[in-house]
Formats: sequence, C-alpha cells, structure tokens
Amino acid sequence: MLITILLAIFIPFIAACLVPLIHTFLTGRRIGWFVIAVPLILFILLFRLVPSLSDGTTYLYTFPWIPSAGVYFSTHVDGLSMIFALLITGIGSLVVLYSIYYLSEREAIGRFYTYLLLFMGAMLGVVLSDNLIVLYVFWELTSISSFLLIAFWYHRKQSRYGAKKSMLITVTGGIFMLAGFLMLYKITGTFSLQELIGMREIIAADSLFIPALLCVLLGAFTKSAQFPFHIWLPDAMEAPTPVSAYLHSATMVKAGIYLVARFTPVFAGHASWFYIVSCVGLLTMLWGSVNAVKQTDLKALLAFSTISQLGMIMSMLGIGSLAFASSESTHIALYTAATFAALFHLINHSTFKGSLFMVVGILDHQLGTRNINRLGGLATIMPITFTIALIGSFSMAGLPPFNGFLSKELFFEAMLSLRDANLLTMNSLALLFPIVAWIGSIFTFIYCMVIVFQSFMGRVPAPFPGQRPAHEAPIQMLIAPIVLGSLVLLIFFFPNTLGTYILGPAMLAVYPHLEQMEGLVPEIYAWHGWKLPIFMTLGVVIAGILMYRFLRYWKGVYRLGILQFTLDRFYNTFLMWTERMASVITKSYMTGSVRDYVAYIMLFFLAFIGIGLIGFQQFIFDFSNDAPVGSNESLIIFVMMCSSIAILFAKSRITAIILNGVLGYSIAILFVVFRAPDLALTQIIVETVTTVLFLLCFYYLPEWRSERQSASVRVRNGILAVASGVVVTVVALLVQGHSFYPSISTYYETTSRVLGGLNVVNTILGDFRAFDTMLEVLVLFIAGLGVYSLVKLRRKKGVDQPEEK
Amino acid sequence: MILQTVTKIVFFIILTFGVELFLSGHSNPGGGFIGGLVLSSAFVLLYLVYDIETVHRGTPFDFKRVAALGVLLAVGTGLLSFVFKLPFLTQATWVVDLPVFGETELGTMTIFEAGVALTVLGVVVTIILGISEDVE
Repeated sequence: MLITILLAIFIPFIAACLVPLIHTFLTGRRIGWFVIAVPLILFILLFRLVPSLSDGTTYLYTFPWIPSAGVYFSTHVDGLSMIFALLITGIGSLVVLYSIYYLSEREAIGRFYTYLLLFMGAMLGVVLSDNLIVLYVFWELTSISSFLLIAFWYHRKQSRYGAKKSMLITVTGGIFMLAGFLMLYKITGTFSLQELIGMREIIAADSLFIPALLCVLLGAFTKSAQFPFHIWLPDAMEAPTPVSAYLHSATMVKAGIYLVARFTPVFAGHASWFYIVSCVGLLTMLWGSVNAVKQTDLKALLAFSTISQLGMIMSMLGIGSLAFASSESTHIALYTAATFAALFHLINHSTFKGSLFMVVGILDHQLGTRNINRLGGLATIMPITFTIALIGSFSMAGLPPFNGFLSKELFFEAMLSLRDANLLTMNSLALLFPIVAWIGSIFTFIYCMVIVFQSFMGRVPAPFPGQRPAHEAPIQMLIAPIVLGSLVLLIFFFPNTLGTYILGPAMLAVYPHLEQMEGLVPEIYAWHGWKLPIFMTLGVVIAGILMYRFLRYWKGVYRLGILQFTLDRFYNTFLMWTERMASVITKSYMTGSVRDYVAYIMLFFLAFIGIGLIGFQQFIFDFSNDAPVGSNESLIIFVMMCSSIAILFAKSRITAIILNGVLGYSIAILFVVFRAPDLALTQIIVETVTTVLFLLCFYYLPEWRSERQSASVRVRNGILAVASGVVVTVVALLVQGHSFYPSISTYYETTSRVLGGLNVVNTILGDFRAFDTMLEVLVLFIAGLGVYSLVKLRRKKGVDQPEEK
Repeated sequence: MILQTVTKIVFFIILTFGVELFLSGHSNPGGGFIGGLVLSSAFVLLYLVYDIETVHRGTPFDFKRVAALGVLLAVGTGLLSFVFKLPFLTQATWVVDLPVFGETELGTMTIFEAGVALTVLGVVVTIILGISEDVE
C-alpha cells in the first residue's frame, strides 16, 4: 500500500526528469508512449486499492520531514483522495494518448510531456497528502505547471497573457490558503488534516475560525475558477487542447472542489461555510452558463461551461455541509446525498467534458478553426466525432440515457432538499436556490445545443482563408474520446457500481462522524417517479428548446450585460497600475550607480549600529587584555593609513587600484604578524583575484574625470565614510570590554579533535556550520551564473559592443 | 616569452600548491575555499599570459560545469547522510592505513570541501573569462 502511494506521487516527477533523456533516442512523438505508461500503471496500481477502500479502510503513512515545525511528509488515502487520484491517472492516460497525435512533430514535445508529468505528480501530491504544508507545496506546483502548460506556445501574446493571469490569480489564492493553514496551525498546533478534523470543536470556538475559513475558501475558489475569480479560465484556453481537457476541465480546476470537500468536516456546521460555498457555487453556475451561450469560440464556450459546472458541484458541496448542522437522520441523509451527487457529477463532468474538449481539439486540428460561425454540416463528414460530441453535450445538458441526466436529477433533488432545512433560518432563501439552479440549467441546455447543432448540423458555411478540407480524424485521435464517450453511457446504465465502490467511500470520507450510520450511500435510479426533479428536467428541456430556437432574437441582450468585460478590465487596470507604481518606486532608488548603493548600505549600517550604540549607552572600554603595539605593527598601519589617504588624491584610476592593493596586502601582513595564517592566505589570494578582476573591468569604466561629482555629494559621502569608520572603530574597541557570554572557541577546539580535524576554522566551515557553507557555495554558484549570463546576454544583444563602435 | 616559459612551470607549482592547501585544510591552514581560489588564480595566470584559444585547447572543459559539479558534490555529501538516517550534512571520518601515505584520515568532509573548491574555481574562472571574452 505504502509503496503504491509513494510511487503515485514520485513516479511522475522521476519520469518528468527522465523525459529529456529518453527523448534523445525515442524521438518525435514516440516519447508519448513512454509517458503514457506512467498514468496507466499508476491507474492500475491505485485501482487495486479500491476494494479495500470501499470497506472503509484508510491508509495513513507519515515520515518526518521538518518535525520541529510540524511538517511531516504524510500521505493519507481514503475514498475522496481515491476519486481524484483515479481521475488524475485515468483521464491523464487518455489525454496523453490523445496528445500523441494531436501535437505535431515540430513542437517541443519533450518539454510538453515534462510539464504534463510535473503537473500529474503535483496533483497526485495534492490529493494524497495529509500534511497541509506538503499539500500547499504541491498545490502551488500545480499552479506553476499549469502556467508552463498554458504558455506552451509562448510566442503567442495571448498565451503569455493567459498564463500570467492564471498564475497570478491562483497563486494569490494559494497564498491566502497558506495563511488559512497557518491560522489553523495556530489554533490546533498541527498541520495534519486528519487531526484537524478531530479538533472541530476547538477550531469552531476560536476567534480565528472565520478568517481561516475565508482564507481556505479563497484558495479553493481561485483554483476552481469560482465567481469572481473565474476570469482566468477562459484565457487559459490558449493552452494546447489536451492541456485544457486535462488541467482546465478534468483535474486541476477540481482541486478547489477537493479542498472544499476535504475541509467540510473541519469548517462545516457553521452557517457561513454553507452560505458562502453554496451561494458562490450557484452564482458561478448561473454566470458561467449565461456567458457560455454567447461565445463563438467553441473552446471559450467550453471554458465557461466548465466554470458553470464547477459552480454546480461547489453548490452541492455547500448543501452537503448542512449534514453537520442537523441531527435528524432523515435530514442528514438528504444532505449527504447532495455531497454524493457532487462527487458523482465530478466524475461525470470529467467524462463528458473531457470528450467534448477532445472533440473541439479534433475540429481545430482537422479544420483549423473552432469558431462556430465557420463550422457547420460536419455530421455527415465526421460521423464519429459527431457522435461523441452528441453524447458529451446531451449528457451535459442532462438528458437520458447519459450520466449527466442522473447527476442533474440528483442536483435538483439536492436543491429542493433545502425546503426542509429550517435549521439555518433560511426559509425564504430556500425557494431561490432551486430557481437559480433551474435557470442555470436552461442556459446549460442551450449552450449544449449550440455545440451540437451549430457545429455539426446546418449547412456548410462559406470557406475561409486557411481552411483545411474536412474529413474524419485519424482513429488514434478518436480512441480517447470514444473511451470517455462510452463511459458516459456505461455510467448511466451501471451507476450503482460506481456508487458503491467509489462514490460511497468518498462520501463517507467527507463525513467521518457518520461512519456508524447505515444506508447513507444512496442508490442511483434513472427513474424516480413523477416527482419534482423530473418536472424540472422536463421544464429545462422545453424552455431550453424554445430559447434555442429563438436564440437569434434575444441574443442581443448580451450586448447590455457587459459585466464580464468590466471584471476583466478591472484585472487589467489593476495589473497595469501595480506595474507602473512599482516601476516608479523602484526607479526612485535604483539609480544604477554603485556609489549610491554603497551609500544606502552605509546609511543602514550607521542607522542600525550607530543608533543602537547610542541607545544602549554602554560605552565600556577595556584595554587591559590588549597586546602591546610593537614597531612592526605601527609601521604596517602607517603604510595602510598613507595608502588609504593617498587613494583620495589619486590622479588616475590605476593608481587608486594599486593603492587599494597595497591596503589589502598590508592587512594580510598584519594577519601574519598576529599569527592568523588562514586569514592571511585568504586575504592575499582574494586580493590578487580582485585586482585581476579590476584590471579586466578597467576597459569598461568611464573616464576617471567624468565621475567627479558636485561638492555637496562629496561632502555627504565624506560624512558617511567618516561616520562609518568611527562606528566600526568604536564597535571594535567595545567588543573587548563586554563579555556577556563565555567564549565558544573552547567548545570547538575540543570537539573538532573528535572529528579528526586539527584546523578548527575548517572544521567549523565543513562540519559544524556545513549547512551555511553549502548554501554559500550555492549562492556563489548562482551569482557566478548570473554574472556570466548578464555578460553573455549583453553581447548577444550587441548593446555597447566595443568593436561595433 | 620569458613570462610564458616561467608560467609553464609556475602554473604547475601553483596548482600543486592549491591542491596541497586544499588537502591540508583539515589540520593545517588551507581548505576548500582557499584551495579553490589558488587553483583559479593559476588558471587566471594562464589566461593572462596566453590567449584564450590556446588555454581552451589545453583545458577542454567548461568551467561552468566545474562549478555545477562542485555544488553537486557539496549538496550530494549532505544527501549521503540521509542514506544512513543521519541529519543532513553529517560528516564522517575513517582512519585508514594507506600503503604510501601511512595512517591517513579519510573524511566525507574532504569531499564536501572538494565541492567548495570546485565551485570557487569554476565560478571565479567563469566570471573572469566572461568579462575578458567580452573585452576582446
């Protein structure tokens, strides 16, 4: 078990590292066959856990990572994680299969799969980890890999824009989420999700409860594209279609759903959780579906439809949370059914939306357009594609015999169940919920009809430039959508297999306190009898057909409601404003002159140490332990003083450099005199290398004369220099006078013998403080690369290139 | 000419000195940082005396990679301690009897220090080369 879970998280990352290597001999699109093995094997491995999970077993494994901070690398698998893990690997395999034929050989296929695997690993990490910090790390990693995948065609301006937008919005949400996690840690002292669930009452009683709740929800809403953060999703459609199908409809955007479901046991029971989750969800559903209808780009239409469907799932989870507030078992069963429906629809949505995205990808690939005004009459030319599109859209519209019908019915039922909810004082609102849901469903129905009828029926529109002759897609591209399409049908006919083995355990994972209750997992029936849900569905169909027929007459309404654009505009303006302000502020102090920067450093140093010195008033000078000053030292110091004063009056730069060198070497001699060979050696070599560097840079420096500044600046610099010197001298003298703590050197001296090193300095560097040394080495390396690339970059651009002048 | 002839000999003396400094670091003055600096000064001397192409022919490796190798070594020895379930960067020493050198201490710290030395060497030479290539 453990090995399966660890494999699931780490294999994608390892595979991602291997892709560039393997790509060298598995060239072209054949690399895809290596990649597809990863999700496929993981899917099978994970699927083997399903039977034991359906018995209610959960697996929790913990490794200490940073135990002092409460961070453990702990994995937890229960039904809820399993649904997502299966979706990630299952849809992942199909998407990889599809992408093998979707991407052309000329694209950077290796890069694509590296990012995709990176995402897969991160996403599995999100759903399988129990520690909130680990979850957060993986969460942000999904944002980053999504960014990279959206910007896959980075030469397009729109791709870069969309990538940046999604990154900014989701990462901002992520940081809020982290803040929420930290608040929870503050309350409970643990980062473990399972332990948090056990401490519900403590959390609910704390004053940080509401802020933590809001922060966590912000993270979930930004990720799952809930209103008003949904604006990034349509722009994310610039990604290659397999990515849109995978990240932006089937998995990543559902991370928010996962988070809400996971935190339901922690936060639910408080009215605000129910209100926020269900209202935002419903509003998103309505907003998404209404906006989807007006889209002409099929992919944008699907993006809005995804937003709408995510909102629908979210709202069901909100209603499901009511089960924590009620005590009557009949009520509980009603609300748990809502969560059940949410999870059911989650799976259904992945199947039909995945297939629809693939269909759109095929259209784009075969015809070179996805604009519905340029499509039409394709049903006879591309019969298989048409069938899949038909299945997908009708399922989304909520028609039988497709799985969307089942979950749509359950959705209506969940909304209607609110009629009985008098526990949270919302009688008047209870009516509003089903109505909004119903209206949203009508629009859903309309855009589903748009997909089917406007792109596949009707007459073939006039040819447009760049059009390719329409014919059916190659069978390799069709396999993945066919598999998804058949799942849509299969789930309709055998929903209870799914319900018992996968949805049931997942639902119970959301309600750990209800484990003992029998018969919570509902049976799914296609036919409920003549009850309200079926009438609602009939109403949706009738109203939907009517409105679709007359779409042309009322479509003008959309020109009035332009809130969508104001939201987008708000985002753009805000971004532009931030950039402008940042550049103004930065430019005000980043003058580009090293002299100014040194002045800043000195000023800070003076302010920090100097004020501290004056503030503490501890001027105790103790010269008793000082060694007598001999003639050797006085001579060297005299040389140093002479050279440093001489620098001020140097007439040329070379003189100044040499004088500076004299200063440096004299210090080295001073070290020798005071028997510090290590320091002396280092000083000499550093001095040599810097002098060489100085000579190299010599060529670029401007004329010595031209650097003369005005008198006031020189006076300012003079004061700064003298003040710094005084402070350093005072501090150096003061050090001897104070001894608050016993010297640490004796400790090092004795222990370093144990470690075998006789050179204490090096033992400290290499062992006691090895971590510091390692990081220093790393910093040095990064700085070196930085300098190197700066120099190279400049040359490439040809700016200021001497020989060109 | 004289400088070139002298350099040919001095180069190796400096190199040996650098290695000596690096190896003796555990018990005497020296160590990774100084060793690396001395090594790099040897190379810098070569570049100053000869032209870049000649030296490139003599040293067919990329100093950026040397630096990367150094970082890898330094971090790698730290990771090695995970294998033995010890905290990150725990160093170990063994006293071994080697045929020629007699009783010698072999420590992972030496590898760590080698990492430091290589990074310093790589970075310094890369920076100086980067700037000097720009000049020409």
